[in-house]
Amino acid sequence: MTAVDSIDLDVEAGEIYGLLGPNGAGKTTTISICTTRALPTAGTATIAGIDVVRNPSMARKHIGVVPQYNTLDRACTIFENIHFHCQYFGFSSTEATARTRQLLEQFHLTERSSAYPSELSGGLAQRVQIARAIAHRPSVLFLDEPSAGLDPQSRIAMWDAVKRLHEEGITVVLTTHYMEEADELCDRLAIIDHGRILVADTPTALKNSVGAETIYELDLRDDPKPLINRLAQMNGVANVECTGKLLRVLAHSSDGLLSEIVSSAQPFGLRDMRITQPTLETVFIRLTGRDLRE
Amino acid sequence: MTTEIATRPFTQYARAFRGLFLRDLHVLRREMFPFVIRICMNPLLFLFVFTYIMPHMSGGANLSPTAGMAGPGFSTVLLPGLMAVAIMFSGIAAVALPLAQEFGITREIDDRVMCPLPTGAVAIEKICFSAMQSMIAAIVVFPLAYYVPTQHPLFHVTSWPFLITVLVLASLTAGALGMTIGTSVKPQQIGLIFGVVVMPITFLGCVYYPWAALIHIRWLQIGVLVNPIVYMSEGLRAALTPALPHMNEAGILLMLIGFLALLTWLGVRGFLRRVIG
Repeated sequence: MTAVDSIDLDVEAGEIYGLLGPNGAGKTTTISICTTRALPTAGTATIAGIDVVRNPSMARKHIGVVPQYNTLDRACTIFENIHFHCQYFGFSSTEATARTRQLLEQFHLTERSSAYPSELSGGLAQRVQIARAIAHRPSVLFLDEPSAGLDPQSRIAMWDAVKRLHEEGITVVLTTHYMEEADELCDRLAIIDHGRILVADTPTALKNSVGAETIYELDLRDDPKPLINRLAQMNGVANVECTGKLLRVLAHSSDGLLSEIVSSAQPFGLRDMRITQPTLETVFIRLTGRDLRE
Repeated sequence: MTTEIATRPFTQYARAFRGLFLRDLHVLRREMFPFVIRICMNPLLFLFVFTYIMPHMSGGANLSPTAGMAGPGFSTVLLPGLMAVAIMFSGIAAVALPLAQEFGITREIDDRVMCPLPTGAVAIEKICFSAMQSMIAAIVVFPLAYYVPTQHPLFHVTSWPFLITVLVLASLTAGALGMTIGTSVKPQQIGLIFGVVVMPITFLGCVYYPWAALIHIRWLQIGVLVNPIVYMSEGLRAALTPALPHMNEAGILLMLIGFLALLTWLGVRGFLRRVIG
């Protein structure tokens, strides 16, 4: 099975780049290849000018990874997890101690420094993993589904941590299927499905690509098909999409359009109506479809 | 504060390797008590029952396996044998069991695999660290095997370099065996390993009898030659209790080197397969 098929990504230094896609789209495989944990059948990946396939041990100096699952060393405390990580990367014991203290402080973990990973909540463990991943000062930090399983508070704290790292100039590549996260954090993002990039741009440009400023969602009792053509011909309507009994009218701002739509929809048993702005989710669903994955 | 990360590959690898070793040492130091218990319990009980209780029982000589070997014979056979078991068992306990956990649910080996070091070297570090534990285990078992038996074993070291070479080779081979087992068995099935691998190779590893004594069961004497434990016990027998019949020294070293190369190759290959997709 081909998990990733001819992906061509170019992430600029210092940006936050998002890989957005449904489950099984190939996001994690892409990250695994970039972080030397999977070998591609063809193609190259370079991090800070080093080929990760041909020279993985050199490339790892420039890579920090926060995987989906908690990989903290269960036999060591929080302090030791970061301290030994520094030593793996050539720090002397004194340097490792200083760097560990600094990171514990930065990530508000000092009080828990002697706790073992099994005693930590998901959000706290995630913070330790980020602190550990950047301990050797990598140029790129990879975050694979960083907010999976986190409560809203921990997610916001994680976002803040990532934003701070961004301000320090570190390049961040993250995978997610949370649209809000991608919108909030990423400078640019690529939507991936079936191992291919469907589209790559800034969140704003992607939202603009919908070609509409307003979306009217109509919930109708009757079959809405005859209504589609009528709505599509209205002034200001860019497109009309139909999913079952739900109609989505993509429109430009236009005076009087709302009442026109409502009066046209009345005979079809208009039960409910929502007015929204295009979001990344609109773009995502348009590109990847509504079918359930895995 | 800025840290200059070494750019020369060898320095970088050496420091990463050192870091991994220090981490393992730190964890082992914290778990010293269970480590010592793990090493001592099996040989201590074995020696206590077969070389202390049995000889004290009335008519015990007829029941005990020492019946055929008068005086200190059996304890002399056991001295190198139990050291070999301790070496082998440490290899399993130090590599195979932790690997099963680290590859299993926790995936905690990931951070170590991401060291700036060729991935195969992470596996080699585990083998080396395990070898160190095996040597400690052998050294701890020695006084037990000497003092517990009612009649102390007779030992005599004719060549220290040979003893040390055997000890080092046997310990590394045990680590490589642990790596091979740990990477080839599914984490959920690791418990089975004791019944399916550890027990047979121990009992058929010339631990409780010299290889030469199998002369009357020729098929077994030839069959056990595929068991690396045989060369560990026979090697220690040749080094510590040369008065007892033992295999040829050069043959033992050759076979230990052969098994070390084979098991290291299998173990590292299995490790790479597990961690690189």
